[in-house]
Amino acid sequence: MTDLNTLTLAAARDGLRKGDFTSSDLTEACLTSISGAGKLNAFVHDTSEQAREQAKAADARIAAGDAPNMCGLPIGVKDVFATKGQPTQAASYILDGFKPEYESTITSKLFGAGAVMLGKLNMDEFAMGSSNENSVYGPAINPWKVDDRDLTPGGSSGGSAAAVAADLCLAATGTDTGGSIRQPAAFTGTVGIKPTYGRCSRWGVVAYASSLDQAGPMTKTVRDAAIMLEAMAGHDAKDSTSADLAVPDFEAMITGDIKGKKIGIPKEYRIDGIPDEIAKLWDDGAAMLRDAGAEVVDVTLPHTQYALPAYYVIAPAEASSNLARYDGVRYGHRAKIGAGDGIDDMYEKTRAEGFGREVQRRIMIGTYVLSAGFYDAYYNRARKVRTLIKRDFEQVFATGVDAILAPTTPSAAFGIGEVTGKDPVEMYLNDVFTVTLNLAGLPGISVPTGLSSTGLPLGLQLIGRPWEEGDLLNIAHSLEQSAGFVSKPGKWW
Amino acid sequence: MSIDIDTARRVASLARIRVEEDALPELAQDFNAVLGFIEQLTEVDVEGVEPMTSVTPQRLKRRVDEVTDGNQQAKILKNAPDAREGFFAVPKVVE
Repeated sequence: MTDLNTLTLAAARDGLRKGDFTSSDLTEACLTSISGAGKLNAFVHDTSEQAREQAKAADARIAAGDAPNMCGLPIGVKDVFATKGQPTQAASYILDGFKPEYESTITSKLFGAGAVMLGKLNMDEFAMGSSNENSVYGPAINPWKVDDRDLTPGGSSGGSAAAVAADLCLAATGTDTGGSIRQPAAFTGTVGIKPTYGRCSRWGVVAYASSLDQAGPMTKTVRDAAIMLEAMAGHDAKDSTSADLAVPDFEAMITGDIKGKKIGIPKEYRIDGIPDEIAKLWDDGAAMLRDAGAEVVDVTLPHTQYALPAYYVIAPAEASSNLARYDGVRYGHRAKIGAGDGIDDMYEKTRAEGFGREVQRRIMIGTYVLSAGFYDAYYNRARKVRTLIKRDFEQVFATGVDAILAPTTPSAAFGIGEVTGKDPVEMYLNDVFTVTLNLAGLPGISVPTGLSSTGLPLGLQLIGRPWEEGDLLNIAHSLEQSAGFVSKPGKWW
Repeated sequence: MSIDIDTARRVASLARIRVEEDALPELAQDFNAVLGFIEQLTEVDVEGVEPMTSVTPQRLKRRVDEVTDGNQQAKILKNAPDAREGFFAVPKVVE
């Protein structure tokens, strides 16, 4: 019999309903694989006690015939989601010891649907990073390996990606502000979807940049992404930007038929220095969609190159405001202060000790671009550029394009410590293909479609119209089927 | 635009992050790397373009202005590094 932890959500759901195994069996299989995977540093907080209780409750529901799709399925939860009574620190020392008295909307919905939480997952501190190296827990490690180097699983949802790729859990939650679901999915041969801004509630998700942050599932297949997204999505009165729209049955929208769909290929994404293997992966993906009956057309998104610079104004500006709350008064770490120190000393020392280097850098960049005299030159200009970036997409979709195909990342996974952070911009370039969607609020999904020359997974990204995740998932499913990516990392950990 | 050490010191102070004097040159260098990157935005013609306020066109929902929550003092103080007699405690702020 297949090891239960290697199952997809869909297969596990069907097996539970048939009575082939129980949620407790599934949960124990995952907990066993987690306990043997310390080297990956993916799970950073153990919630196994809660998991076992949830599994038992799920088994009772299944026996009673009351089993929603996610019922009994063991998942991992990114450390950025507030989980009641369980450590929640967004991989930051400043939230050391924090245990929320409340449950995020996303985890409430998942638990309400019967999902089982195995533990909390590693990430970049406050979701700022593309390699999971900015973490108080130390980096998560990619289960994929080509030599003796440890590779990054990407970031910020690096723990989520590593855990799903290594079969430590059936699926995981992630969040994506500039590519933090899709880039790690591409680096680990998994699927990750960032839904339309407003599709998933941000309530109880530790905020980074509120106008860009969006939660989504990270899974082994496109079908699993559809199943889990449906359980996560929906209106929430506690998030004023959450959309009051009905959530469709995403899984039912996967028909396998994409005949007549119009797929755009944006010429601006063919950036200088794009590796041949990425260009080929992209061309192959376009050919697969064409063979499946889609029409492939060239499109233009003229402001693409300005997306990253606009992001690095807007996201730090919002972060500087959002992270002002970490002051050592209400929760988390407080620095020891000296005799005669006042409250400002307490704030400054707490924040210097509590935040890592990249977080400090972004808070201060944000403070600078919002400060008197620079607000118009930087922040307002970036918001105008954001309007233009969104307009680029609207103009493409107005010509009848259903989805846009592009690479997810400019390279395969790199080694831990190889992008040093001496020049912060070097790391930022990882998000060159993903960040545009966050600025435009659009849904995007990364699908593994091939291997690099060294044998590492590579992903393609499909970008959809707002609120049309169902159509996007259907096209992504077609691409997944055509690509037939089935490689798994060999177990070394 | 180049950030000097005085500006770096001022920004750190505005952000309430203690940066020691000997770390300021490196911080200024970090700022310059990022701001140099951001500088590309000046190439874009933004004449007549509205700055984005909301990425999805939607009116924020209204609700009745009424008390719907409260009486959770213990829960609110539970995670405080220093809570005393039902309050958050901080260093002395008034002489």
